[in-house]
Amino acid sequence: MGGGLLALINLRREKIALMGQILQFLFSGLTNGAVYAVIALGFTIIYNATDVINFAQGEFVMLGAMVMYTFVHFLSWPIPVAFFATIICVSVIGILVEFFTIRPAKNADIISLIIITIGVSIFLRGVAMMIWGKDPVAIPPFTGSTPIVFMGAAIDPQIIWVLVITLIAMIFTQWFFKYTIWGKAMRACAVNKKAAKLVGIKVERLVSLSFALSAGISAAAGAVIAPITFASYDMGTMLGLKGFCAAVLGGLGSGVGSILGGFILGILEAFGAGYISSSYKDAFAFLILLIVLFLKPQGLLGQGEVDKL
Amino acid sequence: MNIHFGSIRYQYIGLLFFVIFLFLIGFFIKNDYYLNVFVLIGIQAIAVLGLSLLMGYAGQVSLGHAAFYGLGAYASGILTIHYGLNPYLAMFCGMAISALMALIVGLPALRLKGHYLAMATLGFGIIINICFKEMASLTGGPSGLVGIPMLKFLNFTFDTSISYFCLVWSIFIILMVLSLHLVNSPFGRAFRALGSHEAAAQAMGVNTHIAKLIVFIISAVYASLAGSLYAHFVTFISPASFGFICSIKMVTMVAIGGMGTLWGALLGTSILVSLPEFLTVFSDYDVLVYGLILIIVMIFMPEGIVQASIKIFRNFKYKETNG
Amino acid sequence: MRSYVYRVGLFLFIFLCLIVFSGINSFAQDKEPYKIGALFSITGRTSFIGEPEKNTALMIVKEINAHGGINGHPLKLIMYDTEGQEQNAVAKISRLILRDHVLAIIGPSLTGTTMAVITFAQRYHIPLISCAAGVAITHPTKYWVFKVPQTDEMAVRKIYQDLDRRGLKRVAIITVSVAFGRSGRKQLLRLAPEYGIKIVADETFGPKDFDMTPQLTRMKATHPQAVICWGTNPGPAVVAKNMKQLDFNVPLYMSHGVASERFIQLAGKAAEGVILPAGKILVADQLPNSDPQKKVLLSYIKDYKAHYGTVPPCFGGHAYDALYMLKMALEKVGPDRAKIRDYLENIKGFVGIDGIFNMSPTDHNGLTEKAFVMVQVRHGRFVLYHY
Repeated sequence: MGGGLLALINLRREKIALMGQILQFLFSGLTNGAVYAVIALGFTIIYNATDVINFAQGEFVMLGAMVMYTFVHFLSWPIPVAFFATIICVSVIGILVEFFTIRPAKNADIISLIIITIGVSIFLRGVAMMIWGKDPVAIPPFTGSTPIVFMGAAIDPQIIWVLVITLIAMIFTQWFFKYTIWGKAMRACAVNKKAAKLVGIKVERLVSLSFALSAGISAAAGAVIAPITFASYDMGTMLGLKGFCAAVLGGLGSGVGSILGGFILGILEAFGAGYISSSYKDAFAFLILLIVLFLKPQGLLGQGEVDKL
Repeated sequence: MNIHFGSIRYQYIGLLFFVIFLFLIGFFIKNDYYLNVFVLIGIQAIAVLGLSLLMGYAGQVSLGHAAFYGLGAYASGILTIHYGLNPYLAMFCGMAISALMALIVGLPALRLKGHYLAMATLGFGIIINICFKEMASLTGGPSGLVGIPMLKFLNFTFDTSISYFCLVWSIFIILMVLSLHLVNSPFGRAFRALGSHEAAAQAMGVNTHIAKLIVFIISAVYASLAGSLYAHFVTFISPASFGFICSIKMVTMVAIGGMGTLWGALLGTSILVSLPEFLTVFSDYDVLVYGLILIIVMIFMPEGIVQASIKIFRNFKYKETNG
Repeated sequence: MRSYVYRVGLFLFIFLCLIVFSGINSFAQDKEPYKIGALFSITGRTSFIGEPEKNTALMIVKEINAHGGINGHPLKLIMYDTEGQEQNAVAKISRLILRDHVLAIIGPSLTGTTMAVITFAQRYHIPLISCAAGVAITHPTKYWVFKVPQTDEMAVRKIYQDLDRRGLKRVAIITVSVAFGRSGRKQLLRLAPEYGIKIVADETFGPKDFDMTPQLTRMKATHPQAVICWGTNPGPAVVAKNMKQLDFNVPLYMSHGVASERFIQLAGKAAEGVILPAGKILVADQLPNSDPQKKVLLSYIKDYKAHYGTVPPCFGGHAYDALYMLKMALEKVGPDRAKIRDYLENIKGFVGIDGIFNMSPTDHNGLTEKAFVMVQVRHGRFVLYHY
């Protein structure tokens, strides 16, 4: 009888430990997922406005982190000030990128545009390396680093910030597209550019705006995730590529799809790393990409046509 | 994409000049280090030749071609080191494996158009690269595979720079001739049609799906062969050489040279492989310069340097003859 | 159109000329200066290893030349950055040997890069003194290859000896997937039975990973009495931080790969209490006066500080030992690669930074585990823990 009771207590302890483990992975997945969601959103915004897949999206995240580091570490600005300054700064960089590289290319074909954005990504990375060097840099967390213990899982408080800020970014974006005149104009552009022009919409300005918005939210994500990971000049590449996978998963062109895709990708990746194999963690995102492309290229919520020949 | 084709006779004359040029290099350059640079150009040119068939003549994009390059290299490395296989057999195995992978990825992926194919090959390339890094017992992991044997033919070992130079460029010339014939054959005309306008090609009865697949497989096999040659030359390979950057570099070489010509592939490769040698002073900034070159070339010379040069030459000639 | 084919030929010809011309400049053969090559991971993730090695090398060469060089010949150091990447090391060593015609090479800094270039040293018959720790570099012995740092086998022995002393038997290990980590892991697994250690968990992480909580969560579930982490920064710093986050509080041992201030900087409070084997230089001032190396160590520290304003990290000592051994060789036998190699192989009783070297044809490292001491991080500093 005593033995049976002991076994029951042990079972309960194991269950709690298991719960804790699952929660741990879940939070890890949500954190990364939030970043992928924001990056995916950035892809979608630019894609909707210009039909271009912006391969430099990941670099905007990196710039957000590095610029934040500069403001906090070298200029000693308080974190909220640095944060908003970072967003503005990187948004401006986004506008410049569009102005100097996409606009001159005008009617270039898809291959050329893709190569151009890849060139931009490489270039931005090179500039970052020149300015900040190759070493990873540490940024202090927003509110300290004592882990919050929650049902057997230890949560870094910065994770809460990541979730909060990325959620705000997403809500802001949705509000922007639904309720502001610019947002509506951009949606019109996505549907039919010529018609939008005919109605008097200044497409070129909107394209700039799309880059600014996209860069801005990516920078916010970068700035808030940097205290958890170590920021470095090459952190953007993988993040950008995975964010793209999330966008395709959710459906390129669908804002809600991007967000959904990001979180799903993050969670799948975390559980895959935890239960299947941590060394192949990076491969999961691309495996999902291939599966989506082969089974349902429009993604989960995508509506657009994917030409089949 | 305005594709320009020269008649096959002129191509042969150009080829002859090129062979003479190669003889001169091999004869006059005694320093092994510089010969090695030319060998590397030749090896890369083989891979890029294949890619240019895909990108230029068939109008498809592959952002993961380093995977096939790497598969050839690792097949050669692993089969010769771990299993003692004859290097030529290993090379052939590498090509077979690459062809198979290209078939598997191409069959579903080539249904899609435009940037979706680029993404599929991108994903494929990254997954293969991760496998190179993680299957450490087979591939040596991130630190790579050391001690790949050199190529032998009967009693002769290809262990000097000059011997490898001759080997690699001979193979390149052969493949160039093959490719030129391919492009000018009825089949080649079919996939040139693909590049120009796919719907029209279909309307004319060209089976675009099969045509695209065949070109993709051919380009994969070229890349694999190049990878094997690379492995036996440097005798050391690591996953870092076959990642995303490598794929992008290959695409850049095609784009810069000119997607519509096979010679463009050679030119693009020569420029980009030798560029680091000139930039040794700025060895850190070669990344930056690469990006800049990409951007500038694609904005101002999207048809590549060769085509742009032709245009300039034509304009010049036109101005001359018209006073 | 013929013309464009000519054009292509013209382009290529121009390139050829450019290459040839830049080649003509480096025609300087083995004339007056003695040329030595160096390969270090000066930039990149492992710059904290290569940078002090570079600084030390430059400092020593400057000093040697200020005192008239070696038998009147100035010493010329040709140094390249591997960025810690294997294929860069291969490309650069080829340059050192074929274009720059150096007499010998010191470096590379890392096990991975060293393993990649060993075949070239062997093929081209050039002495190579590596500054990396992997035991595979000199086991089995390669004719032309030497190394100065203590091996990871010695590091593992030191750790296991301490665990044995403390009576800790159940150990979990987490190692980085690159050469340094794999080499360490091999030694950890191989030597465990010898000390009665039971490895209850065996996890790995990638060199760029920034979150090891999945692996550590799994490890925690196996209830180890101690954790050994084997890697170079920043991975181990992340492991230390993650362990604190997960409330995983058992003794944490690290490898000598983190024997530098950088680890304490990166890991912050999480570094407190970490124990690791390290070269004596890390705690030189805490050594007893009877230690034969103390004088050399303090003198090196003083010089480095005078030059660069900071205390030299452990790794700088590797370059010191390698260069001084080469200097001795060149002084004795002159600019001959084979003779230099022979001299190096027979060095006995050389008091260096990494230890006291006794080379032999079967031992191209020349050290024992006495070259290590155990240190612990206390109040943000490295403290001598066990001599």
